[in-house]
Amino acid sequence: MDSVRSDAAPVVLPTAVKILIAGHFGVGKTTMVGAVSEIRPLRTEEVLTDAGIGVDDLSGVEAKTHTTVAMDFGRITISRDLVLYLFGTPGQDRFSFLWDELASGAIGAVVLADTRRLKESFACIDYFEERETPFVVAVNCFDGGDRFTPADVQLALNLDPGTPVLLCDARDRTSSRTVLVALLQHVLSLPV
Amino acid sequence: MEAPHEQWPDAVPVVRPYAMTSGRTTPVRGAFDLISIVLATRPPEHDDGLHPESAQIIRHSQEPVSVAELAAELDLPAGTVMVLLGDLLAQRLIVTRSPTPARGVASRPVLEAVIHGLRTL
Repeated sequence: MDSVRSDAAPVVLPTAVKILIAGHFGVGKTTMVGAVSEIRPLRTEEVLTDAGIGVDDLSGVEAKTHTTVAMDFGRITISRDLVLYLFGTPGQDRFSFLWDELASGAIGAVVLADTRRLKESFACIDYFEERETPFVVAVNCFDGGDRFTPADVQLALNLDPGTPVLLCDARDRTSSRTVLVALLQHVLSLPV
Repeated sequence: MEAPHEQWPDAVPVVRPYAMTSGRTTPVRGAFDLISIVLATRPPEHDDGLHPESAQIIRHSQEPVSVAELAAELDLPAGTVMVLLGDLLAQRLIVTRSPTPARGVASRPVLEAVIHGLRTL
Protein backbone atom coordinates (compact mmCIF):
# COMPACT_ATOMS: atom_id res chain seq x y z
CA MET A 1 0.00 0.00 0.00
CA ASP A 2 1.23 3.47 -0.75
CA SER A 3 2.03 5.14 2.50
CA VAL A 4 3.02 8.46 1.00
CA ARG A 5 1.35 10.29 -1.85
CA SER A 6 2.91 13.43 -3.15
CA ASP A 7 1.75 16.46 -5.10
CA ALA A 8 3.67 15.12 -8.04
CA ALA A 9 1.84 11.80 -8.12
CA PRO A 10 -1.18 11.73 -10.39
CA VAL A 11 -3.75 11.61 -7.60
CA VAL A 12 -7.19 11.81 -9.11
CA LEU A 13 -9.54 13.70 -6.87
CA PRO A 14 -13.19 13.84 -7.80
CA THR A 15 -14.70 16.92 -9.39
CA ALA A 16 -17.18 18.54 -7.04
CA VAL A 17 -20.11 20.61 -8.23
CA LYS A 18 -22.77 22.35 -6.24
CA ILE A 19 -26.38 23.37 -6.51
CA LEU A 20 -28.04 25.79 -4.12
CA ILE A 21 -31.43 25.12 -2.61
CA ALA A 22 -32.80 28.55 -1.76
CA GLY A 23 -36.01 29.99 -0.47
CA HIS A 24 -37.52 31.64 2.55
CA PHE A 25 -37.45 30.31 6.10
CA GLY A 26 -39.52 27.19 6.58
CA VAL A 27 -40.16 26.49 2.89
CA GLY A 28 -38.56 23.04 2.98
CA LYS A 29 -34.94 23.57 1.91
CA THR A 30 -33.42 21.10 4.36
CA THR A 31 -36.25 18.68 3.62
CA MET A 32 -35.33 18.70 -0.05
CA VAL A 33 -31.61 18.35 0.69
CA GLY A 34 -32.41 15.39 2.93
CA ALA A 35 -34.72 13.78 0.35
CA VAL A 36 -32.03 13.50 -2.30
CA SER A 37 -28.82 13.30 -0.26
CA GLU A 38 -27.10 9.97 0.28
CA ILE A 39 -26.00 11.19 3.70
CA ARG A 40 -28.05 12.69 6.47
CA PRO A 41 -27.89 16.45 5.88
CA LEU A 42 -24.81 17.87 7.57
CA ARG A 43 -24.51 21.32 9.00
CA THR A 44 -21.58 23.63 8.51
CA GLU A 45 -21.29 26.87 10.35
CA GLU A 46 -19.47 30.00 9.47
CA VAL A 47 -18.60 32.75 11.89
CA LEU A 48 -19.08 36.10 10.22
CA THR A 49 -17.59 39.28 11.54
CA ASP A 50 -19.30 42.61 11.11
CA ALA A 51 -22.26 40.76 9.76
CA GLY A 52 -24.63 43.36 11.08
CA ILE A 53 -23.31 46.37 9.18
CA GLY A 54 -26.15 48.32 7.69
CA VAL A 55 -28.81 45.80 8.55
CA ASP A 56 -28.89 45.56 12.31
CA ASP A 57 -31.37 47.59 14.26
CA LEU A 58 -28.82 48.24 16.97
CA SER A 59 -28.07 51.71 15.65
CA GLY A 60 -25.19 53.37 17.38
CA VAL A 61 -23.68 50.14 18.64
CA GLU A 62 -20.14 50.22 17.33
CA ALA A 63 -18.90 46.87 18.58
CA LYS A 64 -18.09 44.24 16.00
CA THR A 65 -20.76 41.66 15.62
CA HIS A 66 -19.99 37.98 15.29
CA THR A 67 -22.80 36.03 13.76
CA THR A 68 -22.89 32.32 13.27
CA VAL A 69 -24.63 31.24 10.11
CA ALA A 70 -25.54 27.62 9.57
CA MET A 71 -26.00 25.91 6.25
CA ASP A 72 -27.33 22.41 5.79
CA PHE A 73 -25.90 20.41 2.96
CA GLY A 74 -26.04 16.99 1.40
CA ARG A 75 -24.11 14.91 -1.10
CA ILE A 76 -24.88 12.78 -4.12
CA THR A 77 -21.99 10.72 -5.47
CA ILE A 78 -22.54 10.57 -9.21
CA SER A 79 -19.43 8.50 -9.91
CA ARG A 80 -15.93 7.98 -8.59
CA ASP A 81 -14.93 11.16 -10.34
CA LEU A 82 -17.94 13.37 -9.78
CA VAL A 83 -19.75 14.45 -6.63
CA LEU A 84 -22.73 16.78 -6.40
CA TYR A 85 -23.22 18.87 -3.26
CA LEU A 86 -26.49 20.54 -2.38
CA PHE A 87 -26.42 23.54 -0.07
CA GLY A 88 -29.46 24.95 1.63
CA THR A 89 -28.93 28.71 1.79
CA PRO A 90 -29.51 30.43 5.11
CA GLY A 91 -33.08 31.67 5.16
CA GLN A 92 -32.55 35.22 6.28
CA ASP A 93 -32.25 38.01 3.73
CA ARG A 94 -29.58 39.72 5.78
CA PHE A 95 -27.15 36.95 5.01
CA SER A 96 -27.24 37.60 1.30
CA PHE A 97 -23.55 38.57 1.38
CA LEU A 98 -22.87 35.02 2.51
CA TRP A 99 -24.81 33.83 -0.49
CA ASP A 100 -22.16 35.45 -2.67
CA GLU A 101 -19.64 33.00 -1.36
CA LEU A 102 -22.09 30.15 -1.67
CA ALA A 103 -23.33 31.11 -5.10
CA SER A 104 -19.83 31.49 -6.45
CA GLY A 105 -19.09 28.37 -8.45
CA ALA A 106 -22.63 27.01 -8.21
CA ILE A 107 -24.13 25.36 -11.29
CA GLY A 108 -27.40 26.99 -10.42
CA ALA A 109 -30.14 27.23 -7.84
CA VAL A 110 -33.51 25.81 -7.00
CA VAL A 111 -35.79 28.46 -5.52
CA LEU A 112 -38.31 26.62 -3.39
CA ALA A 113 -41.57 28.51 -3.07
CA ASP A 114 -44.79 28.20 -1.12
CA THR A 115 -47.89 29.52 -2.86
CA ARG A 116 -49.23 30.79 0.46
CA ARG A 117 -46.19 33.02 0.88
CA LEU A 118 -45.17 33.73 -2.68
CA LYS A 119 -44.03 37.28 -2.07
CA GLU A 120 -41.38 35.97 0.32
CA SER A 121 -39.66 34.43 -2.69
CA PHE A 122 -39.00 37.77 -4.35
CA ALA A 123 -35.75 38.53 -2.50
CA CYS A 124 -34.31 35.21 -3.55
CA ILE A 125 -35.40 35.49 -7.16
CA ASP A 126 -34.10 39.07 -7.43
CA TYR A 127 -30.77 37.93 -6.06
CA PHE A 128 -30.26 35.16 -8.61
CA GLU A 129 -31.56 37.29 -11.48
CA GLU A 130 -29.11 40.07 -10.61
CA ARG A 131 -26.23 37.63 -10.28
CA GLU A 132 -27.28 35.85 -13.48
CA THR A 133 -27.21 32.55 -11.64
CA PRO A 134 -29.45 30.11 -13.51
CA PHE A 135 -32.41 28.95 -11.41
CA VAL A 136 -35.69 27.12 -11.52
CA VAL A 137 -38.64 27.78 -9.23
CA ALA A 138 -40.02 24.68 -7.53
CA VAL A 139 -43.34 25.12 -5.78
CA ASN A 140 -43.38 22.89 -2.75
CA CYS A 141 -46.92 21.54 -2.63
CA PHE A 142 -47.62 21.55 1.07
CA ASP A 143 -50.68 19.64 2.13
CA GLY A 144 -53.54 22.05 2.18
CA GLY A 145 -51.71 24.73 0.19
CA ASP A 146 -53.60 26.30 -2.65
CA ARG A 147 -52.86 24.54 -5.87
CA PHE A 148 -51.75 26.88 -8.58
CA THR A 149 -50.57 25.97 -12.02
CA PRO A 150 -46.93 26.68 -12.91
CA ALA A 151 -48.24 29.37 -15.29
CA ASP A 152 -50.04 31.11 -12.40
CA VAL A 153 -46.83 31.11 -10.38
CA GLN A 154 -44.78 32.34 -13.33
CA LEU A 155 -47.14 35.25 -13.68
CA ALA A 156 -47.41 35.99 -9.96
CA LEU A 157 -43.65 36.05 -9.56
CA ASN A 158 -43.16 38.05 -12.75
CA LEU A 159 -40.58 35.56 -13.94
CA ASP A 160 -38.71 35.66 -17.18
CA PRO A 161 -40.67 33.37 -19.54
CA GLY A 162 -37.57 31.18 -19.90
CA THR A 163 -37.42 30.39 -16.19
CA PRO A 164 -38.85 26.93 -15.56
CA VAL A 165 -41.50 26.55 -12.85
CA LEU A 166 -42.30 23.11 -11.48
CA LEU A 167 -44.56 21.71 -8.81
CA CYS A 168 -42.82 19.37 -6.40
CA ASP A 169 -42.95 17.56 -3.11
CA ALA A 170 -39.72 18.39 -1.31
CA ARG A 171 -40.11 15.31 0.91
CA ASP A 172 -40.04 13.00 -2.06
CA ARG A 173 -36.75 11.81 -3.53
CA THR A 174 -38.00 11.25 -7.06
CA SER A 175 -39.84 14.55 -7.16
CA SER A 176 -36.81 16.44 -5.82
CA ARG A 177 -34.49 14.72 -8.28
CA THR A 178 -36.82 15.73 -11.09
CA VAL A 179 -36.38 19.35 -9.97
CA LEU A 180 -32.58 19.01 -10.02
CA VAL A 181 -32.68 17.48 -13.50
CA ALA A 182 -34.91 20.34 -14.69
CA LEU A 183 -32.38 22.83 -13.35
CA LEU A 184 -29.48 21.10 -15.10
CA GLN A 185 -31.41 20.92 -18.37
CA HIS A 186 -32.21 24.61 -18.01
CA VAL A 187 -28.50 25.38 -17.54
CA LEU A 188 -27.64 23.31 -20.61
CA SER A 189 -30.25 25.18 -22.66
CA LEU A 190 -28.73 28.57 -21.91
CA PRO A 191 -26.41 30.15 -24.44
CA VAL A 192 -22.77 29.59 -23.51
CA MET B 1 -32.54 24.82 17.89
CA GLU B 2 -29.43 26.61 18.95
CA ALA B 3 -26.61 24.61 20.45
CA PRO B 4 -26.16 25.32 24.19
CA HIS B 5 -22.89 27.17 23.69
CA GLU B 6 -24.65 29.69 21.47
CA GLN B 7 -27.14 30.50 24.19
CA TRP B 8 -24.71 30.74 27.09
CA PRO B 9 -21.65 32.88 26.53
CA ASP B 10 -19.83 31.28 29.48
CA ALA B 11 -20.14 27.84 27.92
CA VAL B 12 -18.09 28.50 24.79
CA PRO B 13 -15.70 25.77 23.60
CA VAL B 14 -12.48 25.69 25.60
CA VAL B 15 -10.42 26.62 22.58
CA ARG B 16 -11.92 29.36 20.44
CA PRO B 17 -11.60 28.89 16.69
CA TYR B 18 -9.38 31.95 16.37
CA ALA B 19 -6.95 30.51 18.90
CA MET B 20 -6.56 27.37 16.82
CA THR B 21 -5.46 29.43 13.88
CA SER B 22 -3.44 31.93 15.96
CA GLY B 23 -5.88 34.59 14.91
CA ARG B 24 -5.35 34.02 11.19
CA THR B 25 -8.36 34.13 8.94
CA THR B 26 -6.82 33.28 5.58
CA PRO B 27 -4.86 30.15 4.69
CA VAL B 28 -1.09 30.45 4.18
CA ARG B 29 -1.30 28.33 1.10
CA GLY B 30 -4.01 27.33 -1.32
CA ALA B 31 -7.45 28.68 -1.97
CA PHE B 32 -10.26 26.65 -0.55
CA ASP B 33 -13.99 26.85 -0.84
CA LEU B 34 -16.71 24.71 0.71
CA ILE B 35 -16.53 22.08 -2.00
CA SER B 36 -12.75 21.94 -2.40
CA ILE B 37 -11.85 18.26 -2.20
CA VAL B 38 -9.09 17.28 0.20
CA LEU B 39 -7.11 14.05 0.53
CA ALA B 40 -4.47 13.25 3.15
CA THR B 41 -1.09 12.19 1.81
CA ARG B 42 -0.34 10.01 4.83
CA PRO B 43 -2.09 7.67 7.20
CA PRO B 44 -3.08 9.24 10.52
CA GLU B 45 -0.41 7.54 12.64
CA HIS B 46 2.27 9.65 10.96
CA ASP B 47 0.81 12.84 12.30
CA ASP B 48 2.07 12.97 15.85
CA GLY B 49 2.93 16.49 16.78
CA LEU B 50 0.08 18.08 14.85
CA HIS B 51 -2.54 20.08 16.69
CA PRO B 52 -5.47 17.85 17.60
CA GLU B 53 -7.73 19.54 15.02
CA SER B 54 -5.17 19.10 12.26
CA ALA B 55 -4.70 15.46 13.23
CA GLN B 56 -8.49 15.08 13.03
CA ILE B 57 -8.45 16.53 9.53
CA ILE B 58 -5.84 13.96 8.50
CA ARG B 59 -7.98 11.19 10.00
CA HIS B 60 -11.11 12.36 8.20
CA SER B 61 -9.44 12.87 4.83
CA GLN B 62 -8.05 9.40 4.21
CA GLU B 63 -10.62 9.31 1.41
CA PRO B 64 -11.44 12.38 -0.68
CA VAL B 65 -13.68 14.69 1.32
CA SER B 66 -14.99 18.23 0.92
CA VAL B 67 -14.13 21.19 3.15
CA ALA B 68 -17.82 21.44 4.10
CA GLU B 69 -17.85 17.83 5.30
CA LEU B 70 -14.64 18.32 7.28
CA ALA B 71 -16.08 21.42 8.94
CA ALA B 72 -19.24 19.50 9.86
CA GLU B 73 -17.27 16.51 11.19
CA LEU B 74 -14.94 18.69 13.25
CA ASP B 75 -17.75 21.00 14.32
CA LEU B 76 -15.63 24.02 13.39
CA PRO B 77 -16.44 27.03 11.23
CA ALA B 78 -15.50 26.39 7.61
CA GLY B 79 -13.14 29.40 7.67
CA THR B 80 -11.15 27.90 10.52
CA VAL B 81 -10.88 24.57 8.72
CA MET B 82 -9.61 26.37 5.60
CA VAL B 83 -6.80 28.00 7.60
CA LEU B 84 -5.79 24.64 9.10
CA LEU B 85 -5.91 23.09 5.63
CA GLY B 86 -3.61 25.81 4.32
CA ASP B 87 -1.03 24.81 6.93
CA LEU B 88 -1.41 21.12 6.08
CA LEU B 89 -1.06 21.90 2.38
CA ALA B 90 2.14 23.88 3.07
CA GLN B 91 3.43 20.83 4.96
CA ARG B 92 2.38 18.59 2.05
CA LEU B 93 0.22 16.52 4.35
CA ILE B 94 -2.78 16.94 2.09
CA VAL B 95 -3.44 17.40 -1.58
CA THR B 96 -6.40 19.39 -2.78
CA ARG B 97 -8.38 19.94 -5.88
CA SER B 98 -8.68 23.63 -6.60
CA PRO B 99 -12.09 25.16 -6.15
CA THR B 100 -14.51 25.23 -9.00
CA PRO B 101 -13.28 27.19 -11.98
CA ALA B 102 -13.74 30.91 -12.02
CA ARG B 103 -17.33 31.88 -12.81
CA GLY B 104 -18.25 28.36 -11.84
CA VAL B 105 -19.23 27.22 -15.28
CA ALA B 106 -19.26 23.47 -15.21
CA SER B 107 -18.54 21.93 -18.58
CA ARG B 108 -21.29 20.42 -20.66
CA PRO B 109 -20.05 16.83 -20.18
CA VAL B 110 -20.05 17.35 -16.41
CA LEU B 111 -23.64 18.65 -16.47
CA GLU B 112 -24.71 15.76 -18.68
CA ALA B 113 -23.03 13.27 -16.35
CA VAL B 114 -24.87 14.74 -13.37
CA ILE B 115 -28.22 14.49 -15.21
CA HIS B 116 -27.46 10.89 -16.16
CA GLY B 117 -26.46 10.09 -12.61
CA LEU B 118 -29.59 11.62 -11.10
CA ARG B 119 -31.77 9.66 -13.48
CA THR B 120 -30.11 6.30 -13.01
CA LEU B 121 -28.89 6.21 -9.43
